[in-house]
Amino acid sequence: MTMDIENMTDYTLTDQRKKSRCRALRRQCSRLLIPVFVLMALAMPASAELLIRITEGVDSAIPLAVVPFAKTGNLPGGDDVSEIVRDDLTMSGEFKPLSPERMLSLPSRSDDVYYRDWRMLGQRFLLVGELSQQGDRIQARYELFDVNGERRLLGETAAASADDMRGLAHHISDKVYEAVTGEKGAFSTKLAYVTLETGAGKRIYKLQVSDVDGKRARVRLESDEPILSPTWSPDGKTLAYVSFETGRPAIYTHELSSGKRERVASFSGLNSSPDWSPDGKSLLVTLSKDGNAEIYKLDLASKSTKRLTDHWSIDTEGSWTADGRGFLFTSDRSGGPQVYYNATEGAEPRRLTFGSRYNARPRFSPDGKFIYYVHQREGGFHIARMNMETGNETVLTRTGLDESPSVAPNGRMLIYSTQQGGTSVLTVMSAGGGSNYVLPAATGDVREPAWSPFLR
Amino acid sequence: MMFTMRNKAFALVLSLGFIAGCSSTGDTMEDDGFGTGVSATDQEGGSTVYDGADGSGVSSSGLSESERMQAQEQAAQAEAAALRNITTFYFDFDTSEIKAESRDVLAAHARYLSDNPRTQVTLEGHADERGTTEYNLALGERRANAVQRFLIINGASRDQLENVSYGEEKPVVSGSSESAWAQNRRVEMIFQ
Repeated sequence: MTMDIENMTDYTLTDQRKKSRCRALRRQCSRLLIPVFVLMALAMPASAELLIRITEGVDSAIPLAVVPFAKTGNLPGGDDVSEIVRDDLTMSGEFKPLSPERMLSLPSRSDDVYYRDWRMLGQRFLLVGELSQQGDRIQARYELFDVNGERRLLGETAAASADDMRGLAHHISDKVYEAVTGEKGAFSTKLAYVTLETGAGKRIYKLQVSDVDGKRARVRLESDEPILSPTWSPDGKTLAYVSFETGRPAIYTHELSSGKRERVASFSGLNSSPDWSPDGKSLLVTLSKDGNAEIYKLDLASKSTKRLTDHWSIDTEGSWTADGRGFLFTSDRSGGPQVYYNATEGAEPRRLTFGSRYNARPRFSPDGKFIYYVHQREGGFHIARMNMETGNETVLTRTGLDESPSVAPNGRMLIYSTQQGGTSVLTVMSAGGGSNYVLPAATGDVREPAWSPFLR
Repeated sequence: MMFTMRNKAFALVLSLGFIAGCSSTGDTMEDDGFGTGVSATDQEGGSTVYDGADGSGVSSSGLSESERMQAQEQAAQAEAAALRNITTFYFDFDTSEIKAESRDVLAAHARYLSDNPRTQVTLEGHADERGTTEYNLALGERRANAVQRFLIINGASRDQLENVSYGEEKPVVSGSSESAWAQNRRVEMIFQ
């Protein structure tokens, strides 16, 4: 959240002086390559962070070369910017970055780019760049090329503080992703999730926020009672969640920059399943203060509640439409949990799922065209997607106890929790299916993922 | 107590031996008998151990009417006390229906709460790990509500009972087996 990146204007590199400096850098860069990799390896094991396992490649992934960035001046060790960009793009499932060992040259500026070399290597895009120290900040100049079209698509600079090389790298990944796919990149967004460590009769829950690759995790709340259902405010500055810290469930809001918390719902009975409204003013919540689990709209300023469902069955897991007019929810009014949709707050609920006996916890895609939900089939719980226009249902996952799908703000990926070898891990997959990477906790379980909106 | 017990399931079995043949006093429930009940609480499916309590406490021969009455009274109290050792009640997947075998035990608790109006109980509702977190939270509450309703109908006061649902967050048995799931779908009575 404290990421501080300036996106400066386009620049061009033409004069001869820059060109010769650049050639020198190229030599320097190849010498630097090996020490940089060693530093990365040493920097890896930070215990609070999630581990990462990239699971499978996609055949249709776009071949792209990210050349190790040239470096001038006193640069921080540890996080290697071009390496992180390469990882980001790999993790999107949409790119297949070339290994630096296979590169024929290591250009850092456009003048040193020989398109023929990259065409020979089957690359469609090429990213080159250079890092330099500018006062107490590190600046990256980077250029993206269309290899077949032999033209430059991007030429930009961005700067960040020396301790934020990851932020700088994710920013460059976003720009590259957008230039190639036309969709905003989500590499600078965040994940909120809950880790659970069990041992010696104790359970320790930690609400954490990390980068989307699981790095730079920070514990925001620790409790020996359950923490559940984190959800982001639309500006990405505040989380709402359920905490049992008093022994009973209550809903809290938690401003990330200040750590300021507020208990916004602690009625008798259930206080659960918060989902932040797109205008930021209210939460959809599940309360049972009037007898059984129903969905309410909780106004955050006045704390007044307005009941939106009315049925003797369980109504829970409410989730807004992108425009905040209607909502999805889970109800077992038909005998088992199924997904329902209210087009407006006062509309009659319409049942959407019929494919199996258990369909629950729906979430809309950002464009509203799809819903993602938990779907039981042949005993297993999977993530399924329904096309809202056709009603077609696709089961996206092959794992077993899949839960809590949360869609990236660009709609291209989603994260969910699943079980591997008896522990709970997070999996990131392409929105159309196929898992991209797995984020296990270093110890214990990790669950309840929530993908942040675009930040800033 | 003369006997030791390995778990609460055995207490039910022991109480059966102890009360041998004493019919329960009139109450508001149907008598479902205990025959099928044991299997639900004895989730491990292992053998049941009887150890020492031979159930000879009640013998009506050769006693005077008042002695017989007294003995019956004592037996009934012992029966109720034994039943009240059971404080966990199990449910089938995605249901909140109180099982037949839980009814006599819950009725005994209800009578005790009625006789001891200052006793407070928290009813903790739980679900197994399958299905979604939030739905399971609501399901755990519905299970606690079902137990609460049963206790109130049978004499407990609403003021004595407080419900809280933990959903799937506090399993008693970890793992993803039918046996673990069956033991985790439960309501626990916690006496304050």
